[in-house]
Amino acid sequence: MIQYILRRLLQVIPVFLGTTLLVYFMVFALPGDPIRALFGDRPPSESVIAALRQQYNLDQPFWVQYGLFLKNLFTFNLGVDFTGQPISATLGRVFPVTAMLAIEALAIQAVFGVAFGLIAGLRKGKLFDSTVLVASLVVIAVPTFVLGFVLQLVVGVQLGWAKPTVGANANWGTLILPAAVLGLVSFAYVLRLTRASVIENMNADYVRTATAKGLSRPRVVLAHILRNSMIPVVTYLGANLGGLMGGAIVTEGIFNVPGVGQKLYQAVIRSEGPTVVAIVSVLVLVFVAANLLVDLLYAWLDPRIRYEK
Amino acid sequence: MTTSNITIDEAGTEERPLLEIRDLAISFQTASGEFQAVKNAHLTIMPGETVAIVGESGSGKSTTALAAIGLLPANGRVSGGQILLDGEDISNASEKRMIELRGNTIGMVPQDPMSNLNPVWKIGSQVRETLRANGKPSAPADVARVLGEAGLPDSARRAKQYPHEFSGGMRQRALIAIGLSCQPRLLIADEPTSALDVTVQRQILDHLETMTAELGTAVLLITHDLGLAAERADKVVVMYRGNVVEAGPSLELLRNPQHPYTQRLVASAPSLASRRIQAAKAEGIETEELLAPAEAVAEKALPDDVLKVESLSKVFKLRSGIGKATDFTAVDNVSFNVKRGTTTAIVGESGSGKSTVAQMVLNLLAPTSGRIVFDGVDTSTLNSREIFKFRRRVQPIFQDPYGSLDPMYNIFRTIEEPLRTHKIGDKASREKKVRELLDQVALPQSTMQRYPNELSGGQRQRVAIARALALDPEVIICDEAVSALDVLVQAQVLNLLAELQSNLGLTYLFITHDLAVVRQIADHVCVMQKGKLVETGSTDEVFDSPQQDYTRALLHAIPGASLMLPPVVA
Amino acid sequence: MKSRSVMKSNRQIEHYVAPIDETPLLATDTLKIDAAPLSLWADAWRKLRRRPLFIISAFMILLLLVVAFFPGLFTQTAPNDNCQLGDSLAGPSAGHPLGFTFQGCDIYSRVIHGTQASLTVGVVSVIFVLIIGVTLGALAGFFGGWIDTVIARIGDIFFALPLVLGALVVTQLPFFRENKSVFTVVMVIVMLGWPQMARITRGAVIEVRNADFVTAARSLGVSKIGTLVRHVVPNALAPIIVLATMELGVFIVTEATLSFLGIGLPGSIMSWGNDISAAKDTLRTNPEVLMYPATALSITVLSFIMLGDALRDALDPKSRKR
Repeated sequence: MIQYILRRLLQVIPVFLGTTLLVYFMVFALPGDPIRALFGDRPPSESVIAALRQQYNLDQPFWVQYGLFLKNLFTFNLGVDFTGQPISATLGRVFPVTAMLAIEALAIQAVFGVAFGLIAGLRKGKLFDSTVLVASLVVIAVPTFVLGFVLQLVVGVQLGWAKPTVGANANWGTLILPAAVLGLVSFAYVLRLTRASVIENMNADYVRTATAKGLSRPRVVLAHILRNSMIPVVTYLGANLGGLMGGAIVTEGIFNVPGVGQKLYQAVIRSEGPTVVAIVSVLVLVFVAANLLVDLLYAWLDPRIRYEK
Repeated sequence: MTTSNITIDEAGTEERPLLEIRDLAISFQTASGEFQAVKNAHLTIMPGETVAIVGESGSGKSTTALAAIGLLPANGRVSGGQILLDGEDISNASEKRMIELRGNTIGMVPQDPMSNLNPVWKIGSQVRETLRANGKPSAPADVARVLGEAGLPDSARRAKQYPHEFSGGMRQRALIAIGLSCQPRLLIADEPTSALDVTVQRQILDHLETMTAELGTAVLLITHDLGLAAERADKVVVMYRGNVVEAGPSLELLRNPQHPYTQRLVASAPSLASRRIQAAKAEGIETEELLAPAEAVAEKALPDDVLKVESLSKVFKLRSGIGKATDFTAVDNVSFNVKRGTTTAIVGESGSGKSTVAQMVLNLLAPTSGRIVFDGVDTSTLNSREIFKFRRRVQPIFQDPYGSLDPMYNIFRTIEEPLRTHKIGDKASREKKVRELLDQVALPQSTMQRYPNELSGGQRQRVAIARALALDPEVIICDEAVSALDVLVQAQVLNLLAELQSNLGLTYLFITHDLAVVRQIADHVCVMQKGKLVETGSTDEVFDSPQQDYTRALLHAIPGASLMLPPVVA
Repeated sequence: MKSRSVMKSNRQIEHYVAPIDETPLLATDTLKIDAAPLSLWADAWRKLRRRPLFIISAFMILLLLVVAFFPGLFTQTAPNDNCQLGDSLAGPSAGHPLGFTFQGCDIYSRVIHGTQASLTVGVVSVIFVLIIGVTLGALAGFFGGWIDTVIARIGDIFFALPLVLGALVVTQLPFFRENKSVFTVVMVIVMLGWPQMARITRGAVIEVRNADFVTAARSLGVSKIGTLVRHVVPNALAPIIVLATMELGVFIVTEATLSFLGIGLPGSIMSWGNDISAAKDTLRTNPEVLMYPATALSITVLSFIMLGDALRDALDPKSRKR
């Protein structure tokens, strides 16, 4: 197990270095003055530009720049935004909100996706199964921002069941609608994946053997069918964290959630290149770390992985 | 209860059958309509008795057994007849009733030890849940005891391990432990050892037999091997195309088969045939007619060694942990010669390195050291054009009839591919050649338009043979070429191979784990164990006077050793 | 054996023989097929033809293609010209079945003309993703070793950059900001989308690579590349086709999302994403202005996802085995 963790850690390091290098290279290896270029038509004040130039050490050779960028990233020294505010302070404020939103969305998709998928799989070919299958295709097909507007309008404005916009008071309750929107697309994928994997496991030899041992049906379903079906689902949830981040940008924009996504979106609209790069780099860091966590969970779920050579 | 089924034992007390299957019919709902898998099955098992059902794949033998424990697949149902357990008809019993019965009244040992244990649970917890579900004590000590009784050494520690840390034989022991853990009165053993190495097979069957005898458990044994069935069971039931065609006391059935299918099975089963050859030799009878026809050609064989393998070794680097690599010697200093026009068998269990030898002879894998000399030339010195020519002369046939043909190619393209690759002839002459080849392997020419998924395993193997023959090779490497086939089909393909050898003067290098088959087809035998060549000699020498313990163990493991068989079947 | 031989003598076992005419002996292993020969593709096609999911989605996609390339067949109204602010948010009227946008443009015409951009981005992106992803994935899977390691690591690096996040960064670059077009959107999608295709291809190729028929082809003298092209890739195609069809839908969503965020297609190109973005400010008062392009977008994506789903079922290797 320790060997496995070490190996995964060793694999993660080049990925992280590579990805940040990619981002950094694209943005800062530009000829001329990248800072000025990145701001487009509406450059900020000279003092902000000066602060950013210093932040990104543009007078140094590229590799030194990149090294210092990494150092800054790990010490959360992320420079200043358009108005001269330190980005790290802003992130510190908005990050918990996004984390809350993501966890809630993840919980919604995992719990409902697995439950519906399990029932559909066990009742393969029955009415419930075919209804859920078609419905899940529709959910997958409707883009997150369309879904966001529809639910905002119907649930938030017309029915008045939830606040259509979140605003400053973000908590578990007010975030439920955006979290549902954010989780819905992946919910459909989780459902389909669980269903497929339940059907496959239902026909597995070890499930037949478990039945032959005299186990009760619930025991066979939970301990053997469902337990084993979780392995691909967890893999998917891990790989999909990136999609969740992308979705958070859209969802936070629609529901006016004061989170990382909204900050990022504002930076994009205002053409604040350096801020975008800083936030994306932090998100990549989070994504890579979260994937590492998922890998550990995966190893816990599937003992075969731990011993793989 | 019909009176005819009540037998009287020595003490004179009446005995009732434990399981009685009457006129059982089972059908499956498939996309193309209803399919009768079992039409008319009947058998009786008395308490403590071992009954074997023998048949080829698709005969309905496993389906019948699964119906007895209520485990038919979701699209299958009992469409007629009765399954009486102690007089109670369970053919359509409720799931609740079946859960009560499973485990403590009817147990099961499944076929494939690799897929029948849940990979994510420890062995011990898979035993414990069985005990618990059937109301038996399930403390760690009980789990360890159950595993220990099934012959698993150090069982308390082993119980804490996962299935992937077990070898195949150990997993099967764990499955036997689970099947017998709640002292069922009937144990259904579905091909319990066919996925294991022969020597392990024998140990496991012996142990299973001892355990069931001690517990007084009746056993319903499902097997494709008539020799094994006769050796292990009191009574053998032969199934063919969904019907029971013959049933009776094991030895009686072997000595005096009545139904034509049983007769054919008795004549073809390799384990029986090889025993019969031994018996005949012991009595000094000429064994010519028992052997495949090629044996006669061996006399005419040219004396030269078409293939010489000299001190061949192959070492694989295995990564173990970060940055470390350990050497694994798959083939260790192996030497042997193959005479032109003869059949040399390499026999060994899984991990013996026999297939690695085949890969190196085929020049698909480079040896670590040693040489392979084909027709006087060291094959490692060949340049790419010479290798291309070499490929025309040495061709393989592989084991898996489902994997050896490209599913996207129809049979014509499959057999034509070697001709096209080597730019032989024009389109018309290639088609003519493909037709000839199909004739040679006794497949109708109309097969050309078919795709592999439309053919049976035996037919695919014939196509693979035709493809191998397309380039008029001199040597054919058969890597477990008949292992996956049913007994009768296997016999047919072996005969075809022998016939082709006598007509075309082919040389075979025959890689197999099955000594019984070797007895029928090979002139020379090389026995491999853990990468080393432990014994080599003519087939007669090796079978009559094996020099090594390992060879003796392999020979002993051929089922049917305890059966006294007449040398020739009528 | 010994333990049981005692029992053996105890019971009388009758020798039963079934009447021979009940189960006559068939010749061993005869070829008994009367159906016409069926290649795997023909077999898949036969299964597909019967699936309502396939029929509906195929019909929808054909219709969408016609709409995309011949918008004139469906509307005479130009989407951008004669937009009059006086018509702003007006309801349906004669010749304008869906009413008008905030800018006073005909919604129906804009929805029809928006099809082309979405489909073009989707189709062109998938073609490039297929070329790059399948080539790299197949090479990595087939050859293994250092080629695999290098390609897999590069793929991991791009994979760790979620699509929308990556797109946000890329589109900040002056080149992309100043040249916003179908081409830049496709470039962004291909750059960030190929690793998924490469992974799937690699897995499928590895599964086929070790099949006996590949070894057989090698020992027939077929070259390594020849085996890869003629045997391995055709047999690994099924999951690739399914993923490509699904990705077509996903990429159309991506384009719309990027356009919605203002970093996709420029406003001068008619696109559902742009229209949805423009309509969001009047969502509470005039939701229909947003819903029409949103519905068109969703139906398009649904068609491709449904097609992919139907293809997955039809090409499933498990359903092929005898």
